[in-house]
Amino acid sequence: MEITGAEIFVRCLEDEGVDCLFGYPGGAVLHIYDALYQQDKVKHILVRHEQAATHAADGYARATGKPGVVLVTSGPGATNAVTGIATAHLDSIPLVVFTGQVPTSLIGNDAFQEVDSVGITRPCVKHNFLVKDIADLATTIKKAFYVATTGRPGPVVVDIPKDITAQRAEYHYPKEVSLRSYNPVVKGHVGQIKRAVALLSKAKRPMLYTGGGVVLDNASDELTDFTRLLNFPITETLMGLGAFPATDRQFLGMLGMHGTYEANLGMHNCDVLVAIGARFDDRVTGNIEKFCPTAKIIHIDIDPASIAKNVKVDVPIVGGVKAVLTDMIKLIKAKSFKTDQDAVAEWWKQIEEWRAMDCLKYDTSGKIIKPQMVVEKLYEVTGGDAYVTSDVGQHQMWAAQYYKFDQPRRWINSGGLGTMGFGMPAAMGVQLAYPDATVACITGEGSIQMNIQELSTLKQYGLPIKVITLNNGYLGMVRQWQEFFYDKRYAMSYMESLPDFVKLAESYGHAGIRVEKPGDVEGALIEAMKVRDRVVFMDFITDKDENVYPMIPAGAGQNEMILV
Amino acid sequence: MRHIISILIENEAGALSRVAGLFSARGYNIESLTVAPTNDASLSRMTLVTRGTDEIIEQITKQLNKLIDIVKLQDMTEGVHLEREMMLVKVRVANHQEREEVTRYVDIFRGRIIDVSEETYTIEVTGASSKLDSFIQNLYKIQVMELVRSGIIGIARGEKILSL
Repeated sequence: MEITGAEIFVRCLEDEGVDCLFGYPGGAVLHIYDALYQQDKVKHILVRHEQAATHAADGYARATGKPGVVLVTSGPGATNAVTGIATAHLDSIPLVVFTGQVPTSLIGNDAFQEVDSVGITRPCVKHNFLVKDIADLATTIKKAFYVATTGRPGPVVVDIPKDITAQRAEYHYPKEVSLRSYNPVVKGHVGQIKRAVALLSKAKRPMLYTGGGVVLDNASDELTDFTRLLNFPITETLMGLGAFPATDRQFLGMLGMHGTYEANLGMHNCDVLVAIGARFDDRVTGNIEKFCPTAKIIHIDIDPASIAKNVKVDVPIVGGVKAVLTDMIKLIKAKSFKTDQDAVAEWWKQIEEWRAMDCLKYDTSGKIIKPQMVVEKLYEVTGGDAYVTSDVGQHQMWAAQYYKFDQPRRWINSGGLGTMGFGMPAAMGVQLAYPDATVACITGEGSIQMNIQELSTLKQYGLPIKVITLNNGYLGMVRQWQEFFYDKRYAMSYMESLPDFVKLAESYGHAGIRVEKPGDVEGALIEAMKVRDRVVFMDFITDKDENVYPMIPAGAGQNEMILV
Repeated sequence: MRHIISILIENEAGALSRVAGLFSARGYNIESLTVAPTNDASLSRMTLVTRGTDEIIEQITKQLNKLIDIVKLQDMTEGVHLEREMMLVKVRVANHQEREEVTRYVDIFRGRIIDVSEETYTIEVTGASSKLDSFIQNLYKIQVMELVRSGIIGIARGEKILSL
């Protein structure tokens, strides 16, 4: 039986197992919305802005490991979604974004609400498609999911002209698709893996440096085994937090621009560096000329283009993190394998000296709330078991530094693109995936206003996220750079006319709490966690002058940290 | 160093713009780019000439390979290969002496005069790019009215082929 393109679209999502679709209707997708209306398998979440749809789908994807799915209309619907698509692209998050398009007969005509969505999104997607024939619709959707979720994951855009959704065709959803030009390598090269393991056995000052690739490949267990078997110190990137338990003795904290003293000095002084699913981003390496001057580098990554992009690598291994670590663990468990335990013990002694600096300590004696303390209290009150999303800026760094993530997929933030406005919609996606979980969005008074309209969506779907606003009245990270590098000329980093967030939250039907004294922080958090039927918007009035430490200034080496 | 990268790419709308977009987004330069269908109608062959250090060329080939539409590619410069470029030149030949001189150069460079009008010759020359360059240099006394170059195409010598 022939059904319409719109019905084919919905059937494809059903067959793909999509339970949640984030979107916003408009002219070019009205046929699709009509088909969605007539079924109940795919739940549609109506956001208030298309950017939020992409971030919510992104949060859903990061928390669950399943692809996030978005539907927006043509023109402004598509352009509003671009920031979210680029956010997912830089963090390798699997998204499938469907954009409506004007009818094929009008493409290129400057029609109402027409943009070249395929052209606009091309540089910020893993791949994109324009469906020009209804016969290709189902296969294209299958290909989109396949490409988005395999290899190094990423967003895929499918642009569907309106007339295609009205035409009729037989429905057939392929069980599998293959693309002759796309065959991601999963298994690592055996010879390279042996070389890497040989290097590990000789290491005197080893370091493991792991990133988002471990989380994406669900390789936490393998990483944890690997790390404990070797008894090597481990540091994680902003994207990698939670892959190895943060409360474990071997974990040195995050590395990079706002990484710990011990992690960065460990990197700088190591003789063998094992990079696992990490891409030597500039926020990690600092000045590339001064990066890990004495290290032989092993790099495991599923994307060959990530290897030797920024630094020279001695043992490159192209493959999935999980598969490669599994193979390496086998070799490490062999009787013939030994590490240089004396040298490694000496190395640990050195690392413990660095750790004793306690670089994350901060003044707790004052009468003003310290932002770090709010994060620490949140960790305590939630027993370390919350999903934590964040926006971008100082609060993001404090969240990464002070909330100890023992599990993967619990820390959800825009690391690569650094998208303010990400946190609340992302939390929305997480809460939809896990209705009973505690989901906290750590944010600032600047970031939260970039997608504040989503308080309305949260109300509509009864999603009880906790908004933890560290309100210092400044765009804090901008202010910090202006203090350090621009002689305290605070150009446009001060926010005048902030709304009354408590009243604002209440006007949306949520609860609002303002907290101004350090002594009230814990109690307020405990109260907030009890609320399960609406958002609790917590406005913590924090120290205006607090900075994120340690800090490696842009262009400096890893051993050139500002500590206080 | 100059590299000639031959690419088999899906013969689909937008495939070319993915390659061009990659080069502009990542700041790589393109000296020339040609693209046309092959004996397999589903594939186009693209020949791209670029310059860069070994590290940059390695990144270029890796990034190209990452594009979903690219089926296969080969850096021709890594092995023995043939390269050709075609040039069409329209020159003004106002008198007998100029016509003589141009005809002589065309013979030397094994070109052909493919169109003639009262005061113009249109010449076709094929060869390696350096040959086309020196042909033009030798024509310095003659007024070049228009010049079109095809960009380079290349193929490996012997048994080696670029195919699926």
